[in-house]
Amino acid sequence: MLRLLTIELQKLRYNRAAKVISIIYFILITFIALIASIEFNFGDFHFRLADQGIFNFPYIWHFNTYIAAILKLFLAIVIVSMMSNEYSYRTLKQNLIDGLSKKEFVLSKFLTVLLFSIISTIFIFAVSLILGFSFSDYNEVGIIFSDMEYVAAYFIKLVAFFSFCLFLGVLVKRSAFALGFLFVWFIGEKILWGILEYRLYKEKADSIMQFFPLEAMSNLIKEPFTRLGAVQSAANQLGENFTKDYNVSMLTIGIVLVWTALFLYWSYAILKKRDL
Amino acid sequence: MENILTISNLTKKFGSLTAVDNLSFTIEKGNVYGILGPNGSGKSTTLGIVLNVVNKTAGDFKWFDGNTSTHDALKKVGAIIERPNFYPYMTAFQNLQLVCKIKEVSEQKISEKLQLVGLLDRKDSKFSTYSLGMKQRLAIASALLNDPEILILDEPTNGLDPQGIHQIREIIKTIASKGTTILLASHLLDEVEKVCSHVVILRKGVSLYSGSVDAMNASHGFITLQSKNMELLQNALEGNPAFGIVKREGDFLIAYLNEPMDASEVNRLLFEKGISISHLVKRKESLEEQFLQLTKQN
Repeated sequence: MLRLLTIELQKLRYNRAAKVISIIYFILITFIALIASIEFNFGDFHFRLADQGIFNFPYIWHFNTYIAAILKLFLAIVIVSMMSNEYSYRTLKQNLIDGLSKKEFVLSKFLTVLLFSIISTIFIFAVSLILGFSFSDYNEVGIIFSDMEYVAAYFIKLVAFFSFCLFLGVLVKRSAFALGFLFVWFIGEKILWGILEYRLYKEKADSIMQFFPLEAMSNLIKEPFTRLGAVQSAANQLGENFTKDYNVSMLTIGIVLVWTALFLYWSYAILKKRDL
Repeated sequence: MENILTISNLTKKFGSLTAVDNLSFTIEKGNVYGILGPNGSGKSTTLGIVLNVVNKTAGDFKWFDGNTSTHDALKKVGAIIERPNFYPYMTAFQNLQLVCKIKEVSEQKISEKLQLVGLLDRKDSKFSTYSLGMKQRLAIASALLNDPEILILDEPTNGLDPQGIHQIREIIKTIASKGTTILLASHLLDEVEKVCSHVVILRKGVSLYSGSVDAMNASHGFITLQSKNMELLQNALEGNPAFGIVKREGDFLIAYLNEPMDASEVNRLLFEKGISISHLVKRKESLEEQFLQLTKQN
């Protein structure tokens, strides 16, 4: 295990592009803190976003993981290129000749994905904790550490998404095309959703679409905005009522985990079948 | 004799094309083997299969005693296929470090092997700045990191300039002299003739010959003769059981020997029959002639 991880890290350590993008990614996560400084002043009216309750425990876990998950696209570039580079440098072939098995090869990539996801999760946990302590109205331990399911969901979401990227890298062999394919897939799911919604009811469309990989990943952490107290009270005044389940559903976790396993298995199966 | 690699009835099909057809041979410890064949004869495919990067269609191969998995066996093998593949953004030293990690050997030998191929002073240069000759030498250093039981080289001098070719050959000879088993795939005959003790000759995926280079040269050679009276000469030669086929080629007669006989003896024999000859050369067929003979399209 450790050997496979050090092999992969050696490849990444000296790759300047991968290093720069990873560093930018982690810096951007810390920049979530900057949201706190958004302020408006209209004469006597002071509006400060941080005071609107977005950094309240436990809501902050939901809000921060949702925002930070958008940034995963940066790391996706690193993951896709770490796979497709092996094809373009033909080092995949050399690695196998040197005595790495195909299983070990996929495993070394997946361990790196896990490592990135773990670091990112710890990072968002720390940033949220610090922001929460600075701005939250409630500071009881019981409240602080409630709703931790969002942090777990964040981790699962990253692992699944990066596994998808890994699979695309194996399948397409070129990083630009693999990222393009990812985008096309995303559009494809949206179009399919649109068609289903048009032909069926919205509920039915949702219940079918929840089984698709990107839709399932995005369902893991639902948008947190309509849950905000200020937004809800505003909506109530307009006669709108949100009754939405914001919790992380076990079914969605199950779907996402199955996709993750499939992506890994398919990556291995493709490698095994291909003549290099 | 200890077997390093046993290939039995190996077959590989790419769609309708059969790249390797029912190939069998054995590599024994301590010998230097050459796989010869024109381009597209299945050399690289065969090596690809035993090196775990190409899937076989049928047949079998086993490394060493057959009890280790292929990827574990490959840790005791050093191999270079077609062209050197390394990470361009890493230095030579970092690339070799990575290979050590994959092969699970200590990193102490890196400098020694770089010294052997003459790259020690460039060890901290990025791979992308290397010339083709240097890349190929680095590949050899990398293949030697684990002090392999067998070194597999696929067209090691392909695309190199004469100086580069010379350097690579010197390195191969040095390695061979240390008793390392070598398997060398090439279409360059003098290369094989110079270093190999055994050959496997392939054409269109079929093995045409497999055995020692000396045995392949089993014929006793041939003589080229010329005389004023060619008919008399031809009759004299055909009447002697020591000569096999006698054929006319331009102004010369070519006679193949059935038994060892040196040129002066031929000369004496003919002189006794009253034939004086103006031209007499005895030659052995070169590997190249035999190879062309064997791989000739029929």
